[in-house]
Amino acid sequence: MIECRSITKIYLNGGQETTVLRSVSFNIANGEFVAIMGPSGSGKSTLMHILGCLDSPTSGQYLLNGHNVAELSDDALADIRREKIGFVFQAFNLLPRATVLRNVALPLVYAGISRSGREEVAKKSLAAVNLEESHYNHLSNQLSGGQIQRVAIARALVNNPAIILADEPTGNLDTKTGEAVLATFESLNKQGRTIVLITHERDVAAHAKRIIHIRDGQIINDEKTR
Amino acid sequence: MKISDLFEETYAAIVVNKVRSSLTILGIVIGIGSVIAMVSIGQGAQGSIESSIQSIGSNLVLVTPGFQRGPGSQVSGGRGSAQTLTQEDADAIIKEVTLAKAVAPEISRRYQITVRGKNTNTSVIGTVASYAEVRNVKSASGSFITDQSVRSLSKVAVLGPTTVSDLFGAGVDPIGQTIRINKVDFKVIGVTKSKGGSGFSNPDDAVYVPLSTAQRFLAGDNYVTTISVEAEDASTMSAIQQQITALLMARHNIANQQLADFQVINQSDIVAAASSVTGIFTILLASIAGISLLVGGIGIMNMMLTTVTERTREIGLRKAIGAHRGDINRQFLSEAVTLTLIGGGLGILLGWILASAVTQFAGIATTISLSSVALAFGVSAAIGIVFGYYPARRASKLNPIDALRYE
Repeated sequence: MIECRSITKIYLNGGQETTVLRSVSFNIANGEFVAIMGPSGSGKSTLMHILGCLDSPTSGQYLLNGHNVAELSDDALADIRREKIGFVFQAFNLLPRATVLRNVALPLVYAGISRSGREEVAKKSLAAVNLEESHYNHLSNQLSGGQIQRVAIARALVNNPAIILADEPTGNLDTKTGEAVLATFESLNKQGRTIVLITHERDVAAHAKRIIHIRDGQIINDEKTR
Repeated sequence: MKISDLFEETYAAIVVNKVRSSLTILGIVIGIGSVIAMVSIGQGAQGSIESSIQSIGSNLVLVTPGFQRGPGSQVSGGRGSAQTLTQEDADAIIKEVTLAKAVAPEISRRYQITVRGKNTNTSVIGTVASYAEVRNVKSASGSFITDQSVRSLSKVAVLGPTTVSDLFGAGVDPIGQTIRINKVDFKVIGVTKSKGGSGFSNPDDAVYVPLSTAQRFLAGDNYVTTISVEAEDASTMSAIQQQITALLMARHNIANQQLADFQVINQSDIVAAASSVTGIFTILLASIAGISLLVGGIGIMNMMLTTVTERTREIGLRKAIGAHRGDINRQFLSEAVTLTLIGGGLGILLGWILASAVTQFAGIATTISLSSVALAFGVSAAIGIVFGYYPARRASKLNPIDALRYE
């Protein structure tokens, strides 16, 4: 399903080239639960952005369901992001001063679903991440870190995506909430969804069935744990 | 994306950023309001100058005496000082200038006027019945000078409203009372309607008496100081001017027009002079209005640009969760249009309130014209929409991740 062929990403920063990813190749099949591990600056977030069709590689090919992403138009990529991918950002990126419900339902606005339909799906999605109903009409900037994280995950789930990409989804959570979030990912994986998450914690990675270690823009180890 | 959702997003974005939205709207309101108010004052002033010129009478040709110059003397007494126009000249004009609709000769001089202890000094105009029509004088009460009173040398007087309050005090009906002009008693038979000041001479501060009476009892001769001739319409005015000039030159035995001892002034000359003044006035106001429109426009532009730059992250997020480029463009266009429409509406209201306040408190007539409203609204709306839409369009072309990282 996900196929990376020698993906290289070079950033130009003030005339200076920084190579973030060096010819990375790997495949992820449907229904896998993959953790990408590596120290900061190893290029794992950049790799995740490319997998989520948010960024494009400098060279190499990224094939999603057999389609070369580089050949798709801007709007076609938007459609893929909306229909197939749920992305949990490291910085969450919720709309400030908008309610939890509106934030979670936002992707459905662009899917052309009516208001009542959106709210119904959004509530289901919020229930799946165990956010109390009393918070649904709170503004997103009034929530705690853990609650924000769960709202961000609920938004990623709302369009029922086949692939969920999560960048450090437990980074800001205490152990208990973190375990709950990971349990959510595990149950989503059991439903047949592909999960890819970034972490630098071994405990978190242990929940995954496969761990890809990345350092200095290169894969140094790719192991199946279960 | 549905249209109803587009409006919902627009409403949410405007309401969520109350301060930012209201500052943007304020910029538009001030830009539009000041232009409308300024132009309305300019056009109102132009209108009131034109109407005060019309108040001295319409389609008017004035005949006045020329220089007074003694035999062999080089000293000029100034225009109008010579006693070269006579009653006979006026009669000749009435008889021979066939294009004239009405002719009103007058003799006007300043005299001391007394009424039981009170006195004033004002211009006494000896004239005929047609003066009322030619010079646009209307009666407030009583009657004006009649042909009968001119024929019978009646000692009757018609007062201007200012003169009435000077001599009798405000609110007193002077009709039937007696006033003394230059030691001659006159009976008051009417009061004229107020015309408002028009330049240096105030037509409300005047006393009208029959021409023959003024010549016999006050001046002691049969000269006239002005002959007012009303033309049928504006197109015949220059023909009348030429006829009168030819007639008077023949009567005064003058061959060279440069040496004429009288002058014939066409009202359109006065109008032309006045409109060159109001023209400068309008240009002045228009340039002030233009500058405020420019400043307002720059304010709107700033607000819109900072808003969109700030919201590049939001645009990145919306794209990341599946918004098409067109969805983003439509949303920001809709926001810019909504803000400019609200601001424009309030701005027109503000301009109207300012213009009415100026009329109310400063007493200057104002006219709000559709073209100034359209211009002010159009320019502000165009600036608001272009600078609200264009940066959003640019941001929607970025990679979502670049927009999300934008600072």
